[in-house]
Amino acid sequence: MRVELDVPKCVASGQCVMAAPDVFDQRDDDGVAILLQEHPGEELLDDVREAVAVCPAAAIRLVER
Amino acid sequence: MPEAQSCPVTGAAEPLPEYPLPRAAECPLAPAPAAQQLRAEKPITKVRIWNGGTPWLVTRHADQRALLPDPRVSDDDLDPGFPYVNAHRAEIAPMTPRLITNTDAPEHTRLRRTVNGPFVVKRIAKMRAPIQKIVDDLIDQMLAGPKPADLLKAFALPVPSLVIAQLLGVPYEDHDFFQRSSSLVLDGSAAPEEARRVSGELAAYLDNLLRRKTADPDEDVLSEMAGRVQAGEMAHAEAVSMGVAMLIAGHETTATMISLGTLALFQHPDQLALLRETDDPKLIANAVDEVLRYLSIVQTGVRRVAKDDIEIGDVVIRKGDGIIFDLHAANWDPEVFPEAERLDLTRPARTHQAFGYGPHQCLGQNLARLELQVVYGTLYRRVPTLRPAAAIEDLEFDHTGTTYGVHSLPVTW
Repeated sequence: MRVELDVPKCVASGQCVMAAPDVFDQRDDDGVAILLQEHPGEELLDDVREAVAVCPAAAIRLVER
Repeated sequence: MPEAQSCPVTGAAEPLPEYPLPRAAECPLAPAPAAQQLRAEKPITKVRIWNGGTPWLVTRHADQRALLPDPRVSDDDLDPGFPYVNAHRAEIAPMTPRLITNTDAPEHTRLRRTVNGPFVVKRIAKMRAPIQKIVDDLIDQMLAGPKPADLLKAFALPVPSLVIAQLLGVPYEDHDFFQRSSSLVLDGSAAPEEARRVSGELAAYLDNLLRRKTADPDEDVLSEMAGRVQAGEMAHAEAVSMGVAMLIAGHETTATMISLGTLALFQHPDQLALLRETDDPKLIANAVDEVLRYLSIVQTGVRRVAKDDIEIGDVVIRKGDGIIFDLHAANWDPEVFPEAERLDLTRPARTHQAFGYGPHQCLGQNLARLELQVVYGTLYRRVPTLRPAAAIEDLEFDHTGTTYGVHSLPVTW
């Protein structure tokens, strides 16, 4: 799978970090999301799906192969 | 009265429902029955509000998720079509500076990023131990005091006020003043003049504290804002307003989730038993989201205005139309939450919209979740005999505030 993060849309709510801490982090000063791995392993699929579902800005996309 | 007026006229429009819609007295924790009916029958429909305006009411979970992040759906409360909550809000809108609560992207994005630092997940997580201490101490005090006790005054209001004091950097010796003043401002039974006086004292206190933090900074939010003021990123008055806003936004809402949440658990003894018997952080975290979903305490709806025509389902929302999103109705949408009327702490609840949805979703939600996780994970385990000391029929609910709530919650143990 491939994860896409639309940084300009990010409202820094941190919901992706709560859902998938192995895939997302936040910048310390303003909380904008950081994509830690663009191609996470399949074992993280559920976490990433949850991150997509809870992102209030609809800024995360999951491209499944 | 002329007979013609009382006779139904063929083809006449049905009167629009008046929003907010009333709850049923016999189900004080459920959404308004009419909101649930509209969700099933007319999920996007016009309603009438206090000023005669006729905004759209959106009640389905999926429609709210589609519309709230849509850039055409605006938070601009200077737009003539904006569906104000009440006359007071309409009156103050032109005098209110542009904040995260009344702007759209890109201005909103910029403003939100300047105030978001303290709410970054990793920084909030560091507050778990201090919050645990606050909760433990308040339970000790309540248990040492008389019973029955009012859970709201003895516990639910002090928890968030002490947490916010800690977050802002209020020195320990002032906690008592801060806690008493902020609780009094929110206490519905306090005289309005007294509430106004104390609220002025609190703002003056924060103003003065911000000056002290400028001279002598520490590791807290006011010091951080003092730094931004000195760097020219923020005005002193803005920083004070932000401090007051954090107190207002985070105090009553969290207190209500503690008092009303406990009431909801009293109504579902099997679910209360789950919390009493667990120390599984995953179950506790899910329980918090489920209680947030179930209660959805924001009762005035999320208010927006359309900046362009929007086609959704079989309706067209016209540019300039007001839009209201009823969060409670969406959080009881059976398409997303089957048997939504059942409080089920083990159901997947994470996609609820109790904190709203879209770019304006609650800034303090991560802190609120942490506070509630500590409270729900501690209170019922430490006080396993905690039970209501009044019948639910005898409780007084607040139907008029932005958030629903109960004026007091007598408990014993």
